[in-house]
This record gives sequence, structure tokens and C-alpha cells, in this order.
Amino acid sequence: MSREVALADVARARSGDKGDLANVALFAPSDVLYGAFRREVTAERVRAHFGRFVRGRVERFEVPNVRALNFVLHEALDGGAARSLRSDPLGKSFGSLLLRMRVRLSDEEVAAVPPPAAPHG
Amino acid sequence: MKSVRIGAGQGFYGDTPEGAIAVAERGEVSYICCDALAELTMAILQKDRLRDPGAGFARDLPAFMRALLPIAREQGIRIITNAGGMNPAAAAAAVRGVAHELGIAGVTVATVTGDDITGRIDELLASGVDLRNVDTGADLATVRDRVVFGVAYLGAQPVVEALRLGADVVVTGRVADASLFVAPMVHELGWGWDDWDRLAAGVVLGHLMECSGQATGGNYSGDWWNIPDLDRIGYPLCEVSEDGSALLTKPAQTGGRVSVETVGEQLLYEVLDPRRYLNPDVVADFTSVRLEQVATDTVSVRDVRGSARPAQLKAVIGYLDGWLGAAMIGYSWPHALAKARHAAVLIDRLAERAGVLPVEQVVEYIGVNSLHGDAADLAGAAAANEVVLRVAGRFAAEADARAFPRLAIPLALNGPPFIGGGATPQPARALLGVWPALVPRERVEDQVAVALGAPAT
Repeated sequence: MSREVALADVARARSGDKGDLANVALFAPSDVLYGAFRREVTAERVRAHFGRFVRGRVERFEVPNVRALNFVLHEALDGGAARSLRSDPLGKSFGSLLLRMRVRLSDEEVAAVPPPAAPHG
Repeated sequence: MKSVRIGAGQGFYGDTPEGAIAVAERGEVSYICCDALAELTMAILQKDRLRDPGAGFARDLPAFMRALLPIAREQGIRIITNAGGMNPAAAAAAVRGVAHELGIAGVTVATVTGDDITGRIDELLASGVDLRNVDTGADLATVRDRVVFGVAYLGAQPVVEALRLGADVVVTGRVADASLFVAPMVHELGWGWDDWDRLAAGVVLGHLMECSGQATGGNYSGDWWNIPDLDRIGYPLCEVSEDGSALLTKPAQTGGRVSVETVGEQLLYEVLDPRRYLNPDVVADFTSVRLEQVATDTVSVRDVRGSARPAQLKAVIGYLDGWLGAAMIGYSWPHALAKARHAAVLIDRLAERAGVLPVEQVVEYIGVNSLHGDAADLAGAAAANEVVLRVAGRFAAEADARAFPRLAIPLALNGPPFIGGGATPQPARALLGVWPALVPRERVEDQVAVALGAPAT
């Protein structure tokens, strides 16, 4: 038994720019889910998930002290913020873009998912 | 153990002074550090300087200092800012002008210069510094004739020198964001320039604070709706001990939240390889940082490891890369997306007939896919209440970038029905490519100068 969930329901993220590179940090709420993310959220999957936004390679770095995976996206910002034609030239929304990804969790991992929370109104 | 309290005053060009004022009034800090620069900002400031030799620094600096200087003087707080941008000397003169205007006597303003390599690019190339693009490996010759500015990232050393000389306000150009914060730590705590772990601790703290509210609950991706009073968010401040360990917090009676989660998100903001975060003075290992909640809105930051500084300094060179012209039209239900798609086709035809052809083009449907692109969920998009079409083109000529959005205006009457919003053409904007390169540190450092002006009267 396992279940597929959207990262948005179990993780946090922050993204930013450095020239034409963007980074997206994906934060896990527990060690169990950090382990699941390490297995599920590979650089290759992230590259495919971002589609045409990312023209170059994707690197993944592990940051266990804050239970995060840091993805570096090359040639990801249409040449960089000051030359980009996009509505989001800085890749500020890339964090939420990654959180759209769906991952498969084992029963034990599902049990570690925090209770759902959402803004009111 | 000796310690020093340092606060954040500004996270970007255009930030409000309110955060800095709360830090000054209630943060019990000795220093406030302000980061006003980003890659794009340098280009804007260089454009200002070309138009007016007395300009080229952050235009909001005088207003910012008018708000902050009186309380800073009263509390004995020293201010460090890189708002000097492409013209630190003019910025320092403006700060002295503000002090004079407010009747605050005895303010000593220092400038740090030497980061600007705009006029030295040919000299550097001739002497064998190839300024190759660090990301792509490309030769600078491919864009040399379009270069508008070049700056190298300086570290904390000249800022420490300015503090040692007694500056109350230090105005710099492109000093690395985190280094603005490292300087008072080195100055007060006597760290050595080869004390890699402590310098790395300083860089981590500076990195956490340089984006103001982003460390204290701004842009937090967890339960942002529970974070109190983001309209008066407290900017981060820290108490750093001699050994490099620190407590990160915010002023009392401010909004926001300082937690392991809010601080942790900022730790990785704009970070590439977290094991090797490059700064002019040290290479910091962000995977060594230990964050711990020790009290409400207080996080301890410790155990940071660092290693020897890079041999070369990072430089960014900005070059012109065409002009942006963008057309926007909003469409309402029913079939909002279909209308917007149809209008995009019509705009293409109009542009082709007018001979106003972009070198590159981006077509976005705002409300549907402008932020998430190929990953956007299109289920329900056909029934969207409203969709704004945005067609943005890169044009070789400014005149074409201006003409392009005007081509779309007649569609307000001649196109698909039920429009609203977005039709006013935006002015054409120069696009700027940013070219990351490396410069041997000695080629920059031999030009760095610290100048102390006479105290303002």
C-alpha cells in the first residue's frame, strides 16, 4: 500500500535567482519525509517537471541540517531577471511550481504527513 | 564573552524605512546594515549615472537617511549601506546633505570605492584576464560592444577599515550583501581574516538578514496566514558572540515570526552549492549550520564551518540585450482562454504585416500559466472567469518595442468580445544581460579605497 500526494500538501519551498540560474529549496517536515523526498524528488524528475522553463541541467544538493533538498536549475530564467520576457523574471514562483509535483509515499511515510492546514477565507 | 548586536535595515532598492526604524528604536543594536543592490539594480543605477554624473546611487537613499539618521544618532547606531551603487561618492555627499539639512552635526561619512570595473574592462582583457562567462564559458568578445557596466564584489575588509577610521555611516558600491553584516562583527569581535569558521558564521548571519523580512516570516511558504501583522513585520537582528554563535530575533512589538522554519527557508534563498557558498572573504558550508528555537521569535544559529576564501573575486558585467515590448489584453468568461489564444494569433499577424518582428517572444495567459508554465494545471482553464493575454517580445530596436504593444490596441474594438484590463501599453524597457565572470582578487583590491569625509556640519 502506498499513496500519491502533492508536495504542496507535505512540504515547504523557497526559490530565488542568481543570473540565469534559479534555485529551489524543498523542505521536509520530518526525517521520514526527508527520506521520501530524497528517493522521489530526483534532479531528473525536477528537470522534466519544469518543462520549457529550464533549458539547462538540474543539480540536486542535500542539506540535511534543515531537511532540505536544494535544486539548482541552469539556464532557467530566460537569460536572467534583467533580460527575461517572463511575468516572473526572478523565479520567485518556482518554489510553488515544484510543490505541484506528486510523489508516492509508503504507509509509514503517509503516517508522518502533518495534518492538513489551509488559509481561511 | 564579547558580543555585538546588528540589525537589518533594508533588503532591496525601494524597501520601506519602517523596518529599520523599529530596529533602531527597539532592537538595542549598535549597527544597522542595508542592502540596496541586486544585479538589475546596478544596471538601473548605471543608466542614471550616464544621464547625470551626480546620480547613480539608490535614489531613495536621502529619504531613507532622513527617516533613519535622527534615531540612529540618538541611539549611537552606525549605518552601513551599499546604496552607493555606481556612485558612492555622490551618495556620501547626499548623506552629508541630509545630516546638514536635519541639523545633525558631526556625522562622519565614509565611502568605499574600487568595485567599479566598467572603465577597466579593456585593460583587464589586455593583461590576460579573460572575463569568460562563468556559467556558459562564452568569450566576452561576443557582447563586448554592448557592455554598460562591470562591478566586482568586494568583501568586508574596506568596510572594517572605514569603521576603524571612525565612520558613522559607511557608503559602498558593490560590497557583497552578506559582507556588509560581516564587517561590524570583525570590527567589534576582533576576528582574523583567516578565521574561516567565524567569518563563515558571519556570512551565514549576513545572508539570513540581507533580505530583511524574508527571514522573519515574509514569503514564508508554511502557514503564512497565521503569521501576525506582516504589514509591520520586524526586520531581523542578531546578537553575535565572539565565537561566532548568534541569536537571531526581531524587535519587540513588530509583526512576523522568527522560527527555525522561517529562518531555514531564508538560509537557502539564492543558494547554489550549499556546501560551498562563495563570499569574497570565506567559503561557508551552509550544511554545517545548526538552527534551534531557544525562545519565542528567537533562533540560535551556530556551529558554522568555513574554509579559505576564493582566489578570485566574482564580477558581474551588464550588457544591453535588446528591448522589451509587451502587449496585454484581459478577456472575460465565457471562453476567456480561447479568446486570449485567438487574440495572440491576431497580434502575430498584425506584427508580421507591420514588420515589427521580435527576435524572441513569450506568450503567457495570466491566470492560467504565466507562473507555472508547462507544469500549470489546465483542468478548468477553459471555464476560467478571466484570462489576461500577455505577449512579450525582445526587439533589436527600441522603436519596434514601442510600436509592438500599440499594434494590439485596436483589438479592443476589433477583436474577440468582453475585454477588460491590461490594454494600456507599457513603455519599452531596455533588456540587460548579466555576465558573471571572475577577476584575480589583487587586480581589484589594489584599486579599493576608503575615504573619510569631514564630519558634516
